[in-house]
Amino acid sequence: MENQSSYNDKVVRQFAIMTVVWGIVGMLVGIIIAAELIWPGLSMDMPWLTYSRLRPLHTNAVIFAFGGSALFATAYYVVQRTCHVRLAFDKLASFTFWGWQTIIVLAAVTLPLGISQGKEYAELEWPIDLLIAIVWVSFAICYLFTIGRRRVKHIYVANWFYAAFIITVAVLHIFNNLAIPVSLWKSYSVYTGVVDGMMQWWYGHNAVGFFLTAGFLGMMYYFVPKQAERPIYSYRLSVVHFWALIAIYMWAGPHHLHYTSLPNWAQSLGMVFSVILLAPSWGGMINGIMTLSGAWHKLRTDPILKFMIVALSFYGMSTFEGPMMSIKTVNALSHYTDWTIGHVHSGALGWVAMMTIGTMYCLIPRLYNKTAMYSIKLIDVHFWTSTIGVVLYAVSMWISGITQGLMWRALNDDGTLTYSFIESIKFTYPYYGIRLVGGLIFFSGMLVMAYNVWMTIREVKPQPVAVIQPAGA
Amino acid sequence: MSNSWSWYVILGTIVTLAACFWLVTYANRQRASAEEIKESESHVWDENVRELNNPLPMWWLWLFILTIVWSAFYLIYFPGMGDYGGMSGWSQEGQYAEEVAAAEARYGPIFAEYGAMEVTELARNPDALEIGASLFQNYCSQCHGSTAKGARGFPNLTDDDWLYGGMPAQIEQSIVSGRTGVMPPLAAVFASDEALDEMVRYVQAMPDGMDTTSPAHTQYMTLCIACHGPTGAGVQALGAPSLVDDIWLYGSSPAEIKRTIVEGRNGVMPANGDLVGSDRARILAAYVYSLSQ
Repeated sequence: MENQSSYNDKVVRQFAIMTVVWGIVGMLVGIIIAAELIWPGLSMDMPWLTYSRLRPLHTNAVIFAFGGSALFATAYYVVQRTCHVRLAFDKLASFTFWGWQTIIVLAAVTLPLGISQGKEYAELEWPIDLLIAIVWVSFAICYLFTIGRRRVKHIYVANWFYAAFIITVAVLHIFNNLAIPVSLWKSYSVYTGVVDGMMQWWYGHNAVGFFLTAGFLGMMYYFVPKQAERPIYSYRLSVVHFWALIAIYMWAGPHHLHYTSLPNWAQSLGMVFSVILLAPSWGGMINGIMTLSGAWHKLRTDPILKFMIVALSFYGMSTFEGPMMSIKTVNALSHYTDWTIGHVHSGALGWVAMMTIGTMYCLIPRLYNKTAMYSIKLIDVHFWTSTIGVVLYAVSMWISGITQGLMWRALNDDGTLTYSFIESIKFTYPYYGIRLVGGLIFFSGMLVMAYNVWMTIREVKPQPVAVIQPAGA
Repeated sequence: MSNSWSWYVILGTIVTLAACFWLVTYANRQRASAEEIKESESHVWDENVRELNNPLPMWWLWLFILTIVWSAFYLIYFPGMGDYGGMSGWSQEGQYAEEVAAAEARYGPIFAEYGAMEVTELARNPDALEIGASLFQNYCSQCHGSTAKGARGFPNLTDDDWLYGGMPAQIEQSIVSGRTGVMPPLAAVFASDEALDEMVRYVQAMPDGMDTTSPAHTQYMTLCIACHGPTGAGVQALGAPSLVDDIWLYGSSPAEIKRTIVEGRNGVMPANGDLVGSDRARILAAYVYSLSQ
């Protein structure tokens, strides 16, 4: 029988630890492929180690293994704390942990073997997709039933974002992956041609919107006020930007298919809604940053808050850059260049990873009956490695990407192209080097984190934490 | 798009935009009473998580409203609302056609001037060769390499050894109409593995002279002679390479020669006439011609 008087923190601990593990693994694969772009011979003629197979492994590992584990851990933690009730269904929650880890291991085996649906961020083949659907619906059941059992009337804002993220990702995953299997490891999408492209980027962009934005805003809405010990700036702003964000994100996907066979009207709508998305996206940044007003002095002493404020700044920057890049004339320059890679990583490293890292430093001691991490100094070291790493990464890719775009369109007086493609590749080499260095610095911080976490938890036998009575109850 | 889908898109777009506009103006205009604000600010979760109820920042509000208003104008002017093409009549196909026409008007005369000249004449004109080099880098280097020295399966264009002939007209024809070179798969014609291996040895040694004592020689003279000729010098009309010059398009190792005989080869030079037009094709022909002169 579940002990209803305590929180289920076991599943949170499991996911939190795996967040650190998968963060290290995913970023290591990223470093390997960054190095392969400079020295292609590094794959040593082994097909499993080629860029084409490791790149989806990197993206899946950092988004779904690292980011996913962080979202599971914090969603389970936050929903219990803000509903003042134990997580629903211990066994089902445990199943979501083991199921999700199985999916990650299956991905790590099948992707290097070249088993892929060929859809970006949805590479995994149909048997794994089925397992994802089952685990995800179980996640939704645990999460939503816990909200249903809440002992407070009002549902805290973080939970709206988590709920939107969980429900929408289920819909996106299931519809984009509808396919007809022809063998155990091969299937064909039910969509064809341009419809397939449209479905894929409806999924692809909302994976960014709901997995990497709404989910992490949920994290932000609990852990920023918790760490800053300040109230959220504006309830009203959170209502407006929440509904606007989820309504508008749905439309933005076609901006990935500008100047393709996608019909003109669909491209335009994707662009229009991407531009409108700027304000709703910034609503979250304002609410996060303004929550710190009155507590700015804490930034001097608390590196966890530094992680969070820099994460929010990168969030604001990439959600400005995104709408700008979706404008057709800008996209004509930026599309297919490294600018896109720079944009993605200022979001993925700057926002997602730094918010996750800050949150984990806040969360992990609490899960192990401690008041703080083993070393605050090491958190500060990690903060600086992360910040320097992401800046080197993003800036080098911006320079490389914009120059690529300009070189590809440069014309001689006679109308012939000034540069051949290989010249644009040659130009990018030094910047690929800087990117690799930035990645290595960011990665080194993750190793510092692993040490700090290990020293924090190694001798602790965690005790159950009693469910807190709701205020005024 | 059928008419009903078009209306569905238009309706969905307008409803979403209108809902956003309503949301933002409603949340801003509705002045919550002091009690309501106090009530919402009294909520506490997990001991100390609270929310203030500050008004929406005005600059943010105006940013949101501005983008919504802008979108309305954009969708009236440009395509977006289903089948409605927008007042501007813009389309990416139209933009492409316009830009190509503008480029043709501006650069066409430059190329037409060169296009009227002979290949041999162009091959001595430094300006034409510079253009040719730039065209080559963008249209040809993917297969033939940026130094035009070729790669496995793709001929070297600098060595004056020609599959289809190195005369200006022949080069130009290769560029404009493309070429397809077929070596048929011949595994079935060999009675035994030993006979096949003997043929491989025979072919590999051909640059040193045809070994008329080899049993493979008889087979060569009945089978291979049709394309590669009685002396092994090849036939340019067929694109059949010389086997006596020690230039090997697909490799000279016994394994590669065996594969060529057993599985055959398909060499394809795509037709570029439609892509580059006749004037640029002539400049390219001159550039390629100049490489081996």
